Amino acid sequence: METLVYDVVVIGGGPAGIASAIKADSLGLKTALIENRDILGGIPLQCIHPGFGIHYFKEDLTGTEFIERLIDRLRVSSVDVYTKTHVHAIDVIAHDEKIVNTVRRSGVTRFVAKTIIYATGARERHLYEIGVVGDRPGSGIYTAGEAQALMDIYGVLPGREIVIIGSGDVGLIMARRFSLEGARVKAVVEMLPYPGGLTRNIVQCLYDFNIPLYLGHVVTGVKGRNRVEKVIVARIGENGKPLKETEFEIPCDTVVVAAGLIPNVGLLEKIGVAMDPATRGPVVNELLEASIPGVFVAGNALIINDLVDYVVEQGELAAKGAKLFIENNGVPSVDWVRVEKGRNIRLVVPHYISGERDVVIYARVQQPERNVYVSIPEIGYFIRLTSVKPAEMLRLWIPGRILSRVDTRRITLEVKPA
Amino acid sequence: MRIVIIGAGVVGLSIARVLSMYKGLDIVVVEKEPDVGWGASKANTSIIHPGHEEDPELHPLRARLCVEGNKLWRQWVKELDIPAKWPGELMVFTNSEEEKEALRYIDTARRNNVPGVRAVYGDELRRLEPAISPMAVGAVYAPTAGNISPFEAVAALAENLVENGGRILVNTLVKSVRIKDKAVEGVETSGGFIQADIVINAAGVHADEISHSAGVEEDFVIRPRKGEYIVFDEDTSVKPLRLLHTTPTSLTKGVYAITTTGGDLLIGPTAVDMPYELKEDTSTTLEGIEYLLREAGKLLRELPPRSLITRTFAGVRPEPPHGEWLIKVYEEPWGFINVAGIRSPGLTAAPAIAYYVADMISKSYAVSLEHRSDWKPYRRGFLRLHGKSLREIDELVSVNPDYGEVVCYCRTVSKAEILEAVKRIKTIGAQVTLDGVKFRTKAGFGRCQGSFCRWRIAGIIAGLEGKEMHEVVVKMERYGLGDVKKMLREGA
Repeated sequence: METLVYDVVVIGGGPAGIASAIKADSLGLKTALIENRDILGGIPLQCIHPGFGIHYFKEDLTGTEFIERLIDRLRVSSVDVYTKTHVHAIDVIAHDEKIVNTVRRSGVTRFVAKTIIYATGARERHLYEIGVVGDRPGSGIYTAGEAQALMDIYGVLPGREIVIIGSGDVGLIMARRFSLEGARVKAVVEMLPYPGGLTRNIVQCLYDFNIPLYLGHVVTGVKGRNRVEKVIVARIGENGKPLKETEFEIPCDTVVVAAGLIPNVGLLEKIGVAMDPATRGPVVNELLEASIPGVFVAGNALIINDLVDYVVEQGELAAKGAKLFIENNGVPSVDWVRVEKGRNIRLVVPHYISGERDVVIYARVQQPERNVYVSIPEIGYFIRLTSVKPAEMLRLWIPGRILSRVDTRRITLEVKPA
Repeated sequence: MRIVIIGAGVVGLSIARVLSMYKGLDIVVVEKEPDVGWGASKANTSIIHPGHEEDPELHPLRARLCVEGNKLWRQWVKELDIPAKWPGELMVFTNSEEEKEALRYIDTARRNNVPGVRAVYGDELRRLEPAISPMAVGAVYAPTAGNISPFEAVAALAENLVENGGRILVNTLVKSVRIKDKAVEGVETSGGFIQADIVINAAGVHADEISHSAGVEEDFVIRPRKGEYIVFDEDTSVKPLRLLHTTPTSLTKGVYAITTTGGDLLIGPTAVDMPYELKEDTSTTLEGIEYLLREAGKLLRELPPRSLITRTFAGVRPEPPHGEWLIKVYEEPWGFINVAGIRSPGLTAAPAIAYYVADMISKSYAVSLEHRSDWKPYRRGFLRLHGKSLREIDELVSVNPDYGEVVCYCRTVSKAEILEAVKRIKTIGAQVTLDGVKFRTKAGFGRCQGSFCRWRIAGIIAGLEGKEMHEVVVKMERYGLGDVKKMLREGA
């Protein structure tokens, strides 16, 4: 077994991981970047649509262009990159010593690190966990990411007559991709009464292609033996359950499940990191450090992001956290202030702030609302917004000088009608 | 002498294994699906029953073969390296009515000579099963119950059969049994005629149709009975140590909550009698899932959140008239044997059924069965990364670097295991499919249900077989329709 020693071991070679590795390296930390696949890049590798890098590169890039630029920056850094390296388990030895046990073609390699930046992205919810019943045809059921990888990396058309479950950005973008490749998207079915994706995607991916969007509907069943033949769709009633009498069938050969993402936190759960049931990611402080000291989390493993720019921002912040941790032999103890979810707030990250530095708060609302104040009453912070939507993550930059005024143990982020 | 066995399920392949022990038999197993074990053998509760639930007066054969089968599996799982455990079963009761029902099985156990069955209450029950529901008053404990990986059992039987000279023909549908001069001549199949001296009908839910085509048991009709299941991820907080089972009453059949040999929490089955024509209907229903979750509340102290459901599925079991197994050797047509309507406890009894059938062949057809000296009882299971220590993994990789390439993150399955599965599928003569690889390696059984690994595995198979990725078969049909750009250019 080979043993390697680093200041920072970054787990996951997607945008969050690459950005954090570059940043850690630039801060003078000895950095390793670990990726399971044979190629760096993660999910943007299969994203040939635009919408990447508007904030970070000040340009509208495709996912592949974005990640190429990021990888180019990595290449000129002194980060040691380990691809085809699977992280098997993490051992926490001491507050400043963790071992990342990996499996490689050369055998088991143990990375000894002062800090870990965990950037493993998210997984997609599948048909079974969203409660769709019926037949289980061998062919014709894909998650959106799987269909995207097939189509945009391997050039395989998964199907011709498509029904997409879920109107989040992933589902909407796939609707457009299918249409552009000559398949027919017969419906996008969304459980909620409002779309799950950004407005620009509703317009550019559905309206522009005349794709019907069924809001407040669910797929109640899939039919087909060897391949999908049809789905059964029903409207959701007042009680939140599908109404039998509203059921109708949509013939199709393919079901694409785009029912949301879940942070990939399996390895963190195994070492006992505290999780937030709302984000399903870890509980973190303003440096994105989880409940185990020296373990930082960034990107979709932390919170499901709309924009890769935020993912990269979190990666860089985690690297700064790692730097601070190493310099001080641990993030200095303070009397952490908890960030609570107030009115119409579904989730918020980070969970704890110190008041010692500027903080970026990411949050999502529970339901759409117009003309609101987003505020933290305890510090007198507020901004006025014409609308808030669950699909659009709120990103609030709050200067440290305001936060330092806090004299309570908790502050509350809330949305109130203006 | 050629023996054709119709159906490569656990019953057909168990019979094939036992017959392969003897000299001079050419064994051919004919299967309509692309792979072995794709019927009820793949989708069941996986329990090896002790035999205390079989009424010896009503179903003497079932009772006897169930008890015998439980003993035989202990030997077979070792010989064939099949994942198995023997934690014992608790038939849980939550009120005095259920208690009365459950306690009756203690007497059945006594009559069937099932060892160790007794009632447990209170503290003893909670010590036996820390995950037990607070609703549980007590339970009937049957220590000899076990569970196996039923698909791996079938795959192992198939591999061992082929090693011992038997053959398996997949994608071959038997249309009828050909009879000439009151004796079987062979079977007509989708792939042509196959001569046979003896035809054994182990065709699961379709066994009645085969029997009718041989001209016997015209009144014998198999009813499909559907059983739905829920699987929770291996990382759930509630994992019963024992095989937990609700007490069957006049209103409900028993529902199990068990930890599978793969480490998942499995809850099921329902039992719904289906119309005759729905023999292949393995659809799941909302009602079924709600029912199972409700019943599981009687067994487990808490249920994992629904978000941790990794799979729901259903299997169709053959239900014969009056629940009576039809295991019979016919003099007319000579050479035809029915092993039909093998409902529960069919998985448990399969090895005993196999010996029973061999014995009948030898007695009724005056075939002298002589043991081969070169028969190989052993089959080696997969070497898996999952559950191995770092040192063991390091050793595996040093021997075969493909173990160092982890393809399925959720269940830690390496490229070496994928390649091994493909090799084994080919060795038994089955068709390489993504599902066949999935069930052998468990890649895709975890939280992501294959969304990260399925296309990688398809890529590996495509490379091995010299195919395009879209041509790789999932179960029956291809993974994709074709090359995106080519199709678009051709206006397809």
